[in-house]
Amino acid sequence: MATQHSRSAARLMMSPAVFLLLVWMLVPLIMTLWFSTLDYRPMRGTFDCCEGLGNYSRFVTSSAFLDSIVATLQLVGGVLVITVVGGVLLAILLDQPIWGQGVVRILVIAPFFVMPTVSALVWKNMFMNPVNGLFAHLFKGLGLQPVDWLSQYPMFSIILIVSWQWLPFATLILLTAIQSLDSEQLEAAEMDGAGPLSRFGHIILPHLARSITVVVLIQTIFLLSIFAEIYVTTSGAFGTRTLTYLVYQRVIESQNVGLGSAGGIIAVILANIVALVLMRVVGKNLDA
Amino acid sequence: MARAVTTQRKIAFTALAWIIGLAIFFPILWTILTSFKTEATAIADPPVFFNFDWTLENYTVVQERSDYMRYLWNSVVLAVGSTIFGIIIAVPAAWSMAFVPGKRTKDVLMWMLSTKMLPAVGVLYPIRLILIELGILDSKGALIFILMMINLPIIIWMLYTYFREIPGEILEAARMDGATLKDEILYVLTPMAIPGIASTVLLNIILAWNEAFWTLTLTTVDAAPLTAFIASYSSPEGLFYAKLSAASTMAIAPILILGWFSQKQLVRGLTFGAVK
Repeated sequence: MATQHSRSAARLMMSPAVFLLLVWMLVPLIMTLWFSTLDYRPMRGTFDCCEGLGNYSRFVTSSAFLDSIVATLQLVGGVLVITVVGGVLLAILLDQPIWGQGVVRILVIAPFFVMPTVSALVWKNMFMNPVNGLFAHLFKGLGLQPVDWLSQYPMFSIILIVSWQWLPFATLILLTAIQSLDSEQLEAAEMDGAGPLSRFGHIILPHLARSITVVVLIQTIFLLSIFAEIYVTTSGAFGTRTLTYLVYQRVIESQNVGLGSAGGIIAVILANIVALVLMRVVGKNLDA
Repeated sequence: MARAVTTQRKIAFTALAWIIGLAIFFPILWTILTSFKTEATAIADPPVFFNFDWTLENYTVVQERSDYMRYLWNSVVLAVGSTIFGIIIAVPAAWSMAFVPGKRTKDVLMWMLSTKMLPAVGVLYPIRLILIELGILDSKGALIFILMMINLPIIIWMLYTYFREIPGEILEAARMDGATLKDEILYVLTPMAIPGIASTVLLNIILAWNEAFWTLTLTTVDAAPLTAFIASYSSPEGLFYAKLSAASTMAIAPILILGWFSQKQLVRGLTFGAVK
């Protein structure tokens, strides 16, 4: 069907997208790579060549780097555990015959559409504020000492905020996957005397395995670059400085572009490791 | 007997689902409620839920700050503008990959996807520098381009998965009936592609509206959208919960409504077609 003519027309139709993406990806990346080998501090007017890998070793050996990796792992890991476990349970619950399923579904997915700065500020002020927040009112009502969430449990608080935003995403995808499950299979298992737990373990969970993988990988990609939530809550203080935030601070706040660019390249490498795994999973689907 | 048990189960599950659903929705509900309170009621202890004097004062105050409308306008321009340009570039690309697939199509698609996974912070400084050199830092045009680029892979992927579902036989049948290429595109393909394009547009507007890395780091005044406007509330002076709530409600309401219409597309778009 595809003639030589239509093939070259197709190539022509693709070229703007390919060209733009190529430029968008390569130009800044090459510049970052170049800056990462320089002593480049615009505020001091230094733009000196040939640091070699000096910036990299300085970035990696600073205690801030190790702390940022720990913070990143805590944030990504915490949110993944909460959203995947919560998402599976919620998806199963929403798959049951219940009254008003459509409305409950709408309520559950709503947080995903709230812009990150809004959700971070609403949680920070109206819920977690130690004086006027709802949690403080609740604690006082119960006769407990109110907690200053964002300075006493900063990472936990941010994990809570981000999980609230991403739980809907996990739930929605896992619900879509559960609904594609053959209900006859479940009924047959029930007839054969399989209890709810073994039905969950032997039928539902294996069926969901692929979707869970997809949820984990896609969320990891997005969670690695969480920015706004940290920016408006703690600004990276109290051990909430993730790798993304550390690089942002080095490059923009302390204007050490050479050092920050080395950090940026490290962030790119780490994200690509996750991305490679994700592409394998998604790529398999293309053949099907 | 059996029926009684299932009804009981249904009641129990319904109650549980509603409780959880309302708990998850509560922060949004609370924001909306607070936006109709006075600043004093907004921080009242114990909190008041419905029995307060409802007021629209916060909305008028936020509106009257002349800048709110500008931020809102910027959000609309950035979201709609980046979507329109993205669609113009993505439709031909997705179209040709879906209907004239070559040996490399899959690789090209995967490569496009991989550009989406580049952590933005890794290229922040060069992009900033380029914009400064060109004198377009904090301009809407630059932001439209950047938002278009970060969402382009998702747009192409989504369109590709939609276009692929259009059966090729229909084209052949049309050709048999003497349709020219122009007829084919105008009367056969376009009507079938419109639902897919519409869903893609919807999802992309949502993503662009809520984007909060580039909009926070590359704008100051002129091009700043609502994400930046709301972030400016992070250093509060005095009582401001009710006004923050009013501004937040206005910032999220349009997208919340669009989002509820696009639940299904969201799954497809954000999993790159891996879950449908």
